Amino acid sequence: MAKVIVVTSGKGGVGKTTTSAAFAAGLALRGHKTVVIDFDVGLRNLDLVMGCERRVVFDFINVINGDANLNQALIKDKRNDNLFIFPTSQTRDKDALKREGVERVLEELKKTFDYIICDSPAGIEHGAITALYFADSAVIVTNPEVSSVRDSDRIIGILSSRSRRAERNEPPVDIHLLLTRYDPDRVVKGEMLTVEDVREILSIPLLGVIPESESVLRASNTGTPVVFDADSPAGRAYVDAVARFLGEQREMRFVKPEKRGFFRVLFGRA
Amino acid sequence: MAINLVQGALFTVMVVRAGMLADPSFEHELARQIELSPRFFRAAPVVLDLRRAGGFESAEEFADARDVLHRFTLVLVGVQNATPAQIEAAAAAGLASFAPTAAQPTRVRPEAAPPAQPRARLITAPVRSGTQIYARGTDLVVTAAVSPGAELIADGNIHVYNVLRGRALAGASGDVGARIFCSRLEAELISIAGRYLVSDQLPADQRGFPVQVALVDDQLTLTRI
Repeated sequence: MAKVIVVTSGKGGVGKTTTSAAFAAGLALRGHKTVVIDFDVGLRNLDLVMGCERRVVFDFINVINGDANLNQALIKDKRNDNLFIFPTSQTRDKDALKREGVERVLEELKKTFDYIICDSPAGIEHGAITALYFADSAVIVTNPEVSSVRDSDRIIGILSSRSRRAERNEPPVDIHLLLTRYDPDRVVKGEMLTVEDVREILSIPLLGVIPESESVLRASNTGTPVVFDADSPAGRAYVDAVARFLGEQREMRFVKPEKRGFFRVLFGRA
Repeated sequence: MAINLVQGALFTVMVVRAGMLADPSFEHELARQIELSPRFFRAAPVVLDLRRAGGFESAEEFADARDVLHRFTLVLVGVQNATPAQIEAAAAAGLASFAPTAAQPTRVRPEAAPPAQPRARLITAPVRSGTQIYARGTDLVVTAAVSPGAELIADGNIHVYNVLRGRALAGASGDVGARIFCSRLEAELISIAGRYLVSDQLPADQRGFPVQVALVDDQLTLTRI
């Protein structure tokens, strides 16, 4: 049975699109047929992060409006045959996300895909609500700082009261926490919240901790989901998070400061 | 010292249309309804609606109506939609004249009666930021965590058997006897009957502990539980 996963946060700039790209690529690498949809109408970014911006012809809104069919709009990833990207429109706005149209598109995608990742826009308005409405699972992307945690808490509340599962009294959306941009050194200095602080406030299961890493910025700018960079800590942390999402047990990594050798201390962080 | 001799209050009063009294099945129907909720009807006040009703221009007619209703433990207290002549006759029979208003319900269903003692409202899921919960006319009991940015409001007491990080406003309708109880106080704001303390004003030695909050001499007073 196909699963709809929303990647959401309330707050902007915490890493939703990076996570959507990495998570989709991670599921595809595990052999699951996966599509990632950009719900951020008017602020199209997912295609850049996935490195397919030059191949966009039709988009999500065209398909919702019936101006194009799915096969015309879906972009197949060049690195993995299981991975598809569904870009959004840069010229329209969130009002173009008609709930019935979105439902029809999702139902059609469910016939061919195992996982449908919805990359939510920031905020708690129409765009974000539409992105989470049909979700079976949710990945809450949170940074270890108080404003991000509070916005995550708000969006969890909305998921458990305004999603379709909540409205129909079905089993609730399965909600996971993904802590991103985590810097163990700054946590030790007390400049960032600890993993435990965030878990205690949000009280949802922790899927993973993604360390703040230069590889994430590099990945975004080169259009390569960070999981394809198997050497980077962030890439490995996403691979672990995907494995946990699929029900595997993995030890949490990258939550403690690295022990550095003499040369690393001398020459700064690698 | 000035004393308020006259104070206003709002009441729910049943209205019986005058035409219904003449209906032969009226008594039977009324008896049936009273049987369904006898407590609601016991000694309940009734207003007689004279809209488009002929007659009722003598005190005797009102006395008869009063006797009929009295047999069902109802007390006729006045009339509405009466002509000047009817008002005069009603006054002679000791009945008040109520001004009809559009908002006034012409029929009150017995199931609208509030239960005598509403049960406390119980919340077992985490109360997330941005959520507002109001326990109208009763206590609020929360067994999960209350996040910052969440708001608990109760006309009665508030109990939080977990950490309270949001706002809690007890005695919201002015009950100065209401209290707030929580297993861990980290609230943004606590208030009882309109007196409040924000997070900054909470005593540092109470923060993070199980605490109860009460109004003592009009002061919010915190004590460890």
